[in-house]
Amino acid sequence: MEERKELKVNAIENGTVIDHIPTQSVFQVIHMLNLNECENQILFGTNLESQKYGRKGIIKVSNRFFDPSDVNKIALIAPTATLIEIKNFKVVNKKNVILPDTVKQFVKCVNPNCITNHEKVTQKFNVIDKTEIKLQCLYCEKVTAKDNFTFI
Amino acid sequence: MITAGIFNTFKTKKSMDLKNKSLVSISDYSLEEQIGILELAAEFEKNPRQKILEKHVVATLFFEPSTRTRLSFESAATQLSAKVIGFSEAGTSSVSKGETLKDTILTVSNYSDIIVMRHPREGSARYAAEVAPVPVINAGDGAHQHPTQTLLDLYSILKTQGKLDKLNIAFVGDLKYGRTVHSLVEALCQFDTTFHLVSPIDLKLPSYMKIHIKNKNLQYHQYTEMNEVIPKVDILYMTRIQKERFADPIEYERVKDAYILRSPMLANAMDHMKVLHPLPRVNEIDEEVDKSKHAYYFQQAQNGVFVRMALLSSILGVV
Repeated sequence: MEERKELKVNAIENGTVIDHIPTQSVFQVIHMLNLNECENQILFGTNLESQKYGRKGIIKVSNRFFDPSDVNKIALIAPTATLIEIKNFKVVNKKNVILPDTVKQFVKCVNPNCITNHEKVTQKFNVIDKTEIKLQCLYCEKVTAKDNFTFI
Repeated sequence: MITAGIFNTFKTKKSMDLKNKSLVSISDYSLEEQIGILELAAEFEKNPRQKILEKHVVATLFFEPSTRTRLSFESAATQLSAKVIGFSEAGTSSVSKGETLKDTILTVSNYSDIIVMRHPREGSARYAAEVAPVPVINAGDGAHQHPTQTLLDLYSILKTQGKLDKLNIAFVGDLKYGRTVHSLVEALCQFDTTFHLVSPIDLKLPSYMKIHIKNKNLQYHQYTEMNEVIPKVDILYMTRIQKERFADPIEYERVKDAYILRSPMLANAMDHMKVLHPLPRVNEIDEEVDKSKHAYYFQQAQNGVFVRMALLSSILGVV
């Protein structure tokens, strides 16, 4: 079994593994972390078997370590994700993502008449529902639900 | 007239410090601060002409037209001897040349000590307060907030009822879209209010507001007709119903007359009951009602001047 797993997703020497991503959210995470513009080696997989969740997605980014604000953003679309930092093929840090109380520059406010959709304003939200994932705009106070996320 | 005793029920700090504290949303001010403003408004009502702002410049930036709010602010500032600068529609400002709100705010901050702003975009007031080095008073940002209207409504209720607690308050008309209604309902949830909500089915109070009322352990009752509510309430807060709010125009034609207040309907009202309206009215209060002892909407508009005097002088730190 271990061998088959290796074949599916290669180990990396240095970098970050984002594991246990809900399989439907893998491409969102890639987009959100701007990995489509990243020149590092990136491996990703979807619909992989998971004992815990049935199916999962995984992303491995070589030579890249994420700062806490990026990690927090991941929690909003992939609350089950685990972040594993690898140095010299060894796991040096493993942590679950934590839902933040506030988030900046993440998604657009759902309200078309919100000032943030018309001027260069840093989008800021309070996370008001951590189960359903609902964000309240700090400016117009309208609530953007997960289904309406449009990533910046 | 408000007597001093009314305020004794609240533990207000006479020396509340609102200096440089922007007012964007009613919840920016604590209950004590809101009551402090009403208390100060009562003092200005007794003595409105005072030269306390003669060294100050008030900028009124109205990116969309508003007769009542702008003139009320300008009257309040002028009566306290402040200089007033500004514009009354975006067309006469650099916005028409493509200037951003941020640039307008930063520029005007150089010319004034406080900015009063109305803007069509929701959230614009919070943004202006964030970028401006001077305090900002929100005079309406889209359908979001209009906190000075809320304060003048509270002042009018306090002045006519002698209290804010344990009142039966009816809201009539468009309860779905009216920001005035939403802000006032939210503010009244700070007191032991019973809400009577009268509206067409299409224009009921949004469910998140009703949840808010329930979460505060307060009661609300919903109706589609006004008549049975009038004898029960201390305040009848009327609002305009706009035809364009209805999904079905036939439905508008069917219900519109049910939300027009006429003199005979007031026959069974309690003596102290007052009719409020944020104005402008179109036809939802028949002009005959103006003569009734219950009509209070024009005094309500006048109260706005005293409340705005209290806000300007507190935020500018002269009281």
